[in-house]
Order: sequence, then structure tokens, then C-alpha cells
Amino acid sequence: MAIRRLLTRSLNRSAALTAAVILLLIALVACGGETSDSRDADAITVSDQWVKAADSGMTAAFATLHNSSDRDIRIVSAHTAAARTTEMHEVVDNGTGGTTMRQKDGGFVIPAKGSVNLTPGSEHFMLMELPKPITTGQNVAFTIRFEDGSTVGFQALARDFDGNQENYAPDGEHEGMGK
Amino acid sequence: MTPPLVSRRAVLVGGAGLAGLGIGAATVGLTREPDVAPGSGTLPFYGARQSGITTPPTAHAQYIGLDLVDPADVPTLQGVLNLWTQDAARLTQAQPSLSDTEPELATLAGNLTATVGVGDRIFRAPALTRLRPSWLQPLPSFSIDRLDPRWGQTDLLLSLASDDPVVLAHATRMLTASVRRSVRVRWVQRGFRNSPGMTTGTMRNLFGQVDGTVQPASDTYDNLLWDDGAEQSWMADGTSLVLRRISMNMDTWEAIDRRGRELSMGRTLDTGAPLTGTDEFDDPVFSATRGGIPVIPASSHIARAHRRHDREQFLRRAYNYDDPPEPGSADTSNSGLLFAAYQRNPVTQYVPVQQRLADHDDLNTWTTPIGSAVYAMLPGATESRPLGASLFDAAGRGSGGAPQK
Ligand SMILES: [Cu+2]
Repeated sequence: MAIRRLLTRSLNRSAALTAAVILLLIALVACGGETSDSRDADAITVSDQWVKAADSGMTAAFATLHNSSDRDIRIVSAHTAAARTTEMHEVVDNGTGGTTMRQKDGGFVIPAKGSVNLTPGSEHFMLMELPKPITTGQNVAFTIRFEDGSTVGFQALARDFDGNQENYAPDGEHEGMGK
Repeated sequence: MTPPLVSRRAVLVGGAGLAGLGIGAATVGLTREPDVAPGSGTLPFYGARQSGITTPPTAHAQYIGLDLVDPADVPTLQGVLNLWTQDAARLTQAQPSLSDTEPELATLAGNLTATVGVGDRIFRAPALTRLRPSWLQPLPSFSIDRLDPRWGQTDLLLSLASDDPVVLAHATRMLTASVRRSVRVRWVQRGFRNSPGMTTGTMRNLFGQVDGTVQPASDTYDNLLWDDGAEQSWMADGTSLVLRRISMNMDTWEAIDRRGRELSMGRTLDTGAPLTGTDEFDDPVFSATRGGIPVIPASSHIARAHRRHDREQFLRRAYNYDDPPEPGSADTSNSGLLFAAYQRNPVTQYVPVQQRLADHDDLNTWTTPIGSAVYAMLPGATESRPLGASLFDAAGRGSGGAPQK
């Protein structure tokens, strides 16, 4: 759907405009009464996406994912050529007064007619083992895959940012977020 | 309290009338509409031309001079401009930036504008060399200059303006933090005018002078201000900025009596009228004499600054500064003017006037240029065309953002 593509690709968009377009999108879907969002990918819009610039190691990407359909939609995997592997993470209390990040069981679920906000300190895409630095303003392409096999692509600009520093222990070992 | 609203309307009408008479009354400073609620005003970010040049000046301004860590790294320059587009498009519309860690400071914009220019050094990158506007070079040195390299030319200029200093500080933080590994802040020059609603019309500088009376009429902007792309097609709808930091010595200025101060300027201090007139916008009559002596001294500021050609015009958009005295200085104050002149071509429009003032201007006794820089102010951005898109198109790089390296 053209509106969705526009939404996904445009880098600079006001929240108000986003809301307006989403409303329009919902209106179109409602009026059409057709199953244009039968594929998971057709129901998902990605906005406000960005990635944290990093010289090496790990980094993270953030976005708002909106689901216009009336069913929950699950992301089963994410991919970018800027990292060897891309995981879906959540941040939880570590039981000793701090927080730690870990892989989210089953991936992110975007609720029906709802959104998931991926932000520093909460859920995020985790980019593991960067083969090359991700530098200021670099445009990084991502693909996310849903349960039914359909995919959505988006591009995110890299920003210099030092947040989202929670420890991650993929093998039981604590490592800082790479910079 | 609503009286300011009424008086502003009156001023608006007055301004239009003067312009209609061809007096060339300043449109900058007269067209300001009050915000419905304090701080609620927004100015557009997207448009063919950048906001913050002909839009009404706000109470506070911040000029930020930055250098690229690697001035030859064109992809990163493009990435920085893409990020600034992304951030400024949100912050100016009272929305937090994407990586905003203090979003509560972004809920009002106070007419925030973010205006971006580039300095000559970025054009040393081979991909950009042939795209440098011929006028984008250091100004000739003037005999009156006492330039401090501390306020000198930088690779990039971020000119931010808002009615609120907290908004300005937050916008500065967001726009510089998100690019800080690739760009270094070299200087920040902070300026101010009266607070919103306090005055109407032309601003006053800290000498008490009405400052910025002579402005090109708005119907000449397409000719005198905005670039037409004739020399560098990518510059169409851009312009140039000469930013001069002019120190004003309050101690010696105040040692002169009021009449002497008015003679040095050629205008009265109360209304800003030329010494031959009664209204600020009266045309000065330089030939008028009294007892054989010119009413407006030929050596006065307005006599020297008065244009000799139609091209010798530029948009003045000055802000006061009032910084702490330098340690060890005998001066009571460290005050002056951030003098911003916008024009299509600084070499043909600004330099002849500045040369005349350098050769002689009675005001030079109390004023000293201590900073100078020239920037190509980019054409405006749109949702699909970030700042600098026309430059990178012309360089064969496309406008879709920095590709992955
Ligand atoms: Cu993580």
C-alpha cells in the first residue's frame, strides 16, 4: 500500500502527521472492507526509527511499530547487513537494583490496533558483532520478518547517543554495549 | 492584558503604509504577530527557503560554529545534515527529537527556527570543489578589524533562534549531541533582543540606538536576498550570511554627551529619525546644511553606510550580546552586536559598504569587529529532500542519505 510505504520511508515526519495518516489509513481500510492487510507486513507501519552509532561490538536500533489490523502480529526475526546478527531485546530488573537486557522470548508482539515503542532502556533491536563502524548520519537498512513470512524494510539514520548501556550477558558473561 | 495586541496591529498597518510609499521600511521586526499563548508559536521548518532569515526575529538567538572532524568526509557531512533535518523538523514544531533524553523541554517551541549554513572549507573535498560559490571566501581584511580567531570561520553554522532561552538550550543540545562524534563545536555566540511583547518595530542595540532601520524592501528579496541558481544551480533559494561580532565599548561611548552620540550616528537616539527628519523611516537628506555645516555629518555612520548603488543592500538581522568581562579587562562590560547580514552575494553587496565604513565611520571610535565568518546558507528542506540535497545531487551523491560504507 502506497501510504504505508510512504510512512515507512519518510525520515522526517511529525507525530501529528503520522497520526493523521494512520487515521486515514484506518479509514481507508475500514471503508474498503477488503482484506488489504491480510499479510502481516501490510498492517505494520514503522516510524521514528533510528540506530545508535557505534565503532564496534554491539549497538541498538529503535522505532515505533504500529499494527493497523485487528489481530496481534509477531516479529520473528530482524536483519541488517550492518551486524552479523540482530536480536530482539527487552530490559528487565536484574534483581540487584539494576537492569539487564536479554533476548525477548518469541520476539516482539505488536498488539491489534496498537503500537510498540522501542526506546533506549526498554525493548530494542540489538545489533551484534558489527563488522564495520556505524557512523554519524549513516543510513542503515533493516528488514523485519513476521510470523506469516512477510517482511517490512526500513532505513534508520545513525545518531551519536550513549544511552541504552544496560549489561547484556548472552553467554552468562557481562559485557557493556560496544561503542 | 491585551493592549499589546492592539498596538501591534497598529504597527503592522503603519509598516505596510510605509512600504507602500516606497520608503523601504523594514519588514523584519514589524510583521510579528503575538502568540496566542506564551511560547506556543511555531514557524515552519520545511519550505523552499529556510526559516530564520526573513521570519520575524525572536527574542533569543544562538549561532553555533562547528567543524567537521574530517572536513573531507562528504558522506558524514551529508549524514549530519540529514540528522539536523530530522531533528529540526521536530523540535521547531514542539516535538522532541528522536533520541531526546529531555523531551519535557521540547513541549513548546517559542517560534524556534534552525537555519543551517556551510563554510568554504567543506568545498576542499574533491567531490565538492567545483560547487563552491565564488563569493564563499573570507572577507578582505579591513583596517578596523581586530579579529580573534576564537570567533572565526567554521565548517558549519547552526543558527538557532527562539523566544525562550530554555528552548534554545535544549535545541542546541539535541542538535549537537546527536552528531558529536563527527562534528566539534568551536564557538557559540549568544544574542538577544527584547522579550516577546515588550516592544514593537526596529530593535535597539546596547548603545541605545535604533538598529536595523535600513532594510531592503521585501519585494526585492528575490533579487537581493535569495540566490537564483545562476552561478551554482544547487544554491537556488539559498543565500549568504556574513556574521560579524562587533564589540561595543560602553565605557568610552557613555563618555560622549548625547549630542555627540547622535552626530556620530546621524540619527537621534529617541526615535532613530535621521537628523534631518522626525520619523525613523524618513529618508536622510545628506545635502541639508545648517549655517553651512551638514546636518548629518559626512563622517557619520548613516552617511558612510548609505548605499551608493542599488546592489549595496542586505538584510540586517542583528542581536545584542552582553557577556561577562574578560578576566583582567579594564572594561566594565563585554557587550556588542552579533551583526548578521544576508544577501545573495556578499562580495558585491556587503563588502563595498563595509569597506566604506572601514575607511571611515565616526562610530568606529567605539566599535571593533572581533569576529568574522561567511556561510552559504542552504536552500530549504522538504520532507523528501533534507538540507543539502541539492548540493549532494549536484555532486552526484543523491539525496537519500549517506549510503552504508
Ligand atoms: Cu540489547
